[in-house]
Amino acid sequence: MYLYDEFDRTLLTERVSEFRGQVARRLSGELTEDEFKSLRLMNGVYLQLHAYMLRIAIPYGTLSAVQMRRLAHVARKYDRGYGHFTTRQNIQFNWIKLAQLPDAMADLADAGLHGMQTSGNCVRNITTDQWAGVAPDEIEDPRVWAELIRQHVTLHPEFSFLPRKFKIAVGASDHDRAALRIHDLALRMHKNGAGEAGFEVMVGGGLGRTPFIAKTIKQFLPVRDVLTYIEAVLRLYNQYGRRDNIYKARIKILVHDKGGEQFGKEVDAEWQNIKDGSLALDKDVIADIATRFQYPDYEKLLDNPPELKAAQADARFATWHANSVSRHKQSGYAIVTLSLKPIGKPTGDCTADQMDKIADIADRYSYSEIRVGHEQNLVLPQVAQRDLPEVFKALDAIGVATPNVNQISDIIACPGLDYCSLANARAIPVAQEISKRFAEPNLAKSLNRLHVNISGCINACGHHHVGHIGILGVEKNGEEFYQISIGGKADENAQLGTLLGPAVPYDDVVDAVEDLAEAYLALRERPDELFIDTFKRVGVEPFKERVYATR
Amino acid sequence: MTSPLQQKIKIAGPSVVTANRLGDGAVVYRTARHQWTTDIADAAVVSNATAATELLTPAKADGINAVDVYVAPVKLEDDRILPGNLREQIRMRGPTIELPYSYGA
Repeated sequence: MYLYDEFDRTLLTERVSEFRGQVARRLSGELTEDEFKSLRLMNGVYLQLHAYMLRIAIPYGTLSAVQMRRLAHVARKYDRGYGHFTTRQNIQFNWIKLAQLPDAMADLADAGLHGMQTSGNCVRNITTDQWAGVAPDEIEDPRVWAELIRQHVTLHPEFSFLPRKFKIAVGASDHDRAALRIHDLALRMHKNGAGEAGFEVMVGGGLGRTPFIAKTIKQFLPVRDVLTYIEAVLRLYNQYGRRDNIYKARIKILVHDKGGEQFGKEVDAEWQNIKDGSLALDKDVIADIATRFQYPDYEKLLDNPPELKAAQADARFATWHANSVSRHKQSGYAIVTLSLKPIGKPTGDCTADQMDKIADIADRYSYSEIRVGHEQNLVLPQVAQRDLPEVFKALDAIGVATPNVNQISDIIACPGLDYCSLANARAIPVAQEISKRFAEPNLAKSLNRLHVNISGCINACGHHHVGHIGILGVEKNGEEFYQISIGGKADENAQLGTLLGPAVPYDDVVDAVEDLAEAYLALRERPDELFIDTFKRVGVEPFKERVYATR
Repeated sequence: MTSPLQQKIKIAGPSVVTANRLGDGAVVYRTARHQWTTDIADAAVVSNATAATELLTPAKADGINAVDVYVAPVKLEDDRILPGNLREQIRMRGPTIELPYSYGA
């Protein structure tokens, strides 16, 4: 866990006090809505279809049990008893009252939580691998770098009025679990020929109405240069990013227009002016941040202990273990994914009671640590393998042990038209119906890893462009239709999906997904060939023929 | 050239003026008495641009009770006022899905 210092606490306290005054002035009429809107957005407060929504940052997806309980408290006291975990490792509360927002924020600030920079044209919450610090394939904990960047960009005056929002992600493993290449800027740690750790820098990724995969503009950036280089990228974006057209304001448009190579050259030129300045990191600064991440005092344990072997006789446990438990860097420990995708229920939602119990389970079995992944699931990152049978029972009892992680019902979906004022169509009910259609465990398992992503509008909060099956809700003459694409992926080989054909009406979406699943089963060469690999081998046409044969 | 703020409203059928209440974001409708109500049955229904403008202009000027004011379509069935499209249905009735608190742990 990261330990906040007095500076962090003072910042949050002062921010809550400031916002309390702004809310009071708005409610009294002293501030107009035009004047107030940008102030509330700076604190993560949106106005949605039926109520205000408060978005709270969970930096690099790391939560303590204390913080999770505080989220439960806010859900219960100020909202309707639940929250929604998002694809940017944030949580959203959908029913907050404006007058109560300052009190809710004060309660959150007591636990080091806030909504700053979860909205507006600034650097948003820095995201990373939800397995950071425990992944066996990791070079080092990427959260140290995410935290360094977070500290530098928080309330940074030069980067508080960018042309548009700016999303940064950091990864340090071979396998990309943080969707790096769909971010405005991403850092991937790797080692050079001399064995030194540094970063590949990728810029200009993003989805929305103009999707792009990020381009690599620096193959190897020494760690000392992380802040200066990001500063150079942001300066260039601040200077040349378009402010005349909101749809062309993201850095991806600038990078695309200039070309990745030219953009990289211009960044390098800017960087030369500042690379040896005060933002160049010395080892002491890096070490200071690193020491504030505290790791458990692991016991010396062996893999596959007797308790785990014995529990495998229970078929339900064995299924869950095979699906939701992953290898830890420390022998005798495991990483446990908690599915927030119960069959037929909204994706990513978590009730206050569930939050409290997850906090209890984390205290007892995971050194009080919880993570949030961009797939809208939670993770207990520090579980001793001997405790897995007890952990399963505890998670199963509260409905977060559905063994569907990475399966077709582990759907990423935005809130869609059920909540969002920008949406054109619903996303959650589509996800619910798909998960019900594929509820039979053996059917879902037979489909192997298959990611379905659903967005309720072109803003693509459900990352539909990078779903193996991507579904985009559109509105035609007052009716909901859905464009389907296939072949997208958000991993280290990220690519955008290919549009299948004309949009299908709401009532046909689940049937179309079933057609795609059946086509995959018929087309694959081997039982272990993944949907995405079958697509790569045969292309879009056989899938297209199957879906539109009867439509 | 007409300013965007002065452009005429185009409406294709019966409509109401709607907004979100400042204090809690709840969906509200403008009444014939130029008040706000949460009950669409009490909303003033207009069917031409002139009447819509007359209802909308003071509604927009009331910046302390409601925000994001706009004209929305409705359907009239058996003297009842019903939302005119799915978005307005969801605004009035809430999400179309079972909310999580009803199946809490």
